[in-house]
Amino acid sequence: MAEYTEDKLLDASGLLCPMPVVKAGKVIRDLEEGQILKIIATDRGAIADFPAWADDTGNELLEWHEEDGKLVFYIKKGEED
Amino acid sequence: MAETDIVQTGNLTEERIREIIREEITRAFKKDPAKKQGMLIASKGTLDWAYPPLILATAGAAAGLDMSIFFTFYGLNIIHKDFKKKLKVSPVANPGMPMPVPMPDIVTALPGMTGFATGMMKGMFSKKGVATIEELIDVARELEVRLIACQMTMDVFGYDQSDFIEGVEFGGAAAALSDARKSHLTLFI
Repeated sequence: MAEYTEDKLLDASGLLCPMPVVKAGKVIRDLEEGQILKIIATDRGAIADFPAWADDTGNELLEWHEEDGKLVFYIKKGEED
Repeated sequence: MAETDIVQTGNLTEERIREIIREEITRAFKKDPAKKQGMLIASKGTLDWAYPPLILATAGAAAGLDMSIFFTFYGLNIIHKDFKKKLKVSPVANPGMPMPVPMPDIVTALPGMTGFATGMMKGMFSKKGVATIEELIDVARELEVRLIACQMTMDVFGYDQSDFIEGVEFGGAAAALSDARKSHLTLFI
């Protein structure tokens, strides 16, 4: 279970591909390096998409789990390039 | 080569030389201009096939890639000002299309079936919460996805530059391939 405290929360419930990553890409821009973004999603594709997206963007997926039928992701902002 | 260079490299162990080469290669990869660019070709002009290029381009842009889409042939429909009217889907010769009830081929060819199928697909997508084509185009533009219309097919189909939505660029095969050469990701849709 999550031990992380988020600096920002993105609720992407009900959104389908590609909107969860599109929204996450937008929101994470406002964070500082090392800050944590919590994302809630319901699209099952997000289970594969957020790890891939985090890897591509130099951010770090700290942890994800399911909670009350929803998917919860914690992503730590990496160095900006 | 200057004499000092010879003297300096002479002092390096093989291990050190390998290390330097590795560092240089890593540095070169970091500078690789192709790394963060993706280029898609959208060649189909039906409602169902309008989704993939827009979804992939916006997802790519969200992952930090500089994305461009080259719209050619029927793909021009997607960025036409009248895209809402132009993008349709037909059940004719499309056995892969999910239908609410099994439908004989002959029925799918009846007048009005294209309108029915188009409405059905839009309804299906919106019920599930998929973004509309209009929303995806807006997101693509917001994320600075370059939308490039193929000038040659425009001329053949009788389109003018003013027939297309705001922000569309115009180019040909050479421009498209030049983008593709710099991209690590190229897809023909």
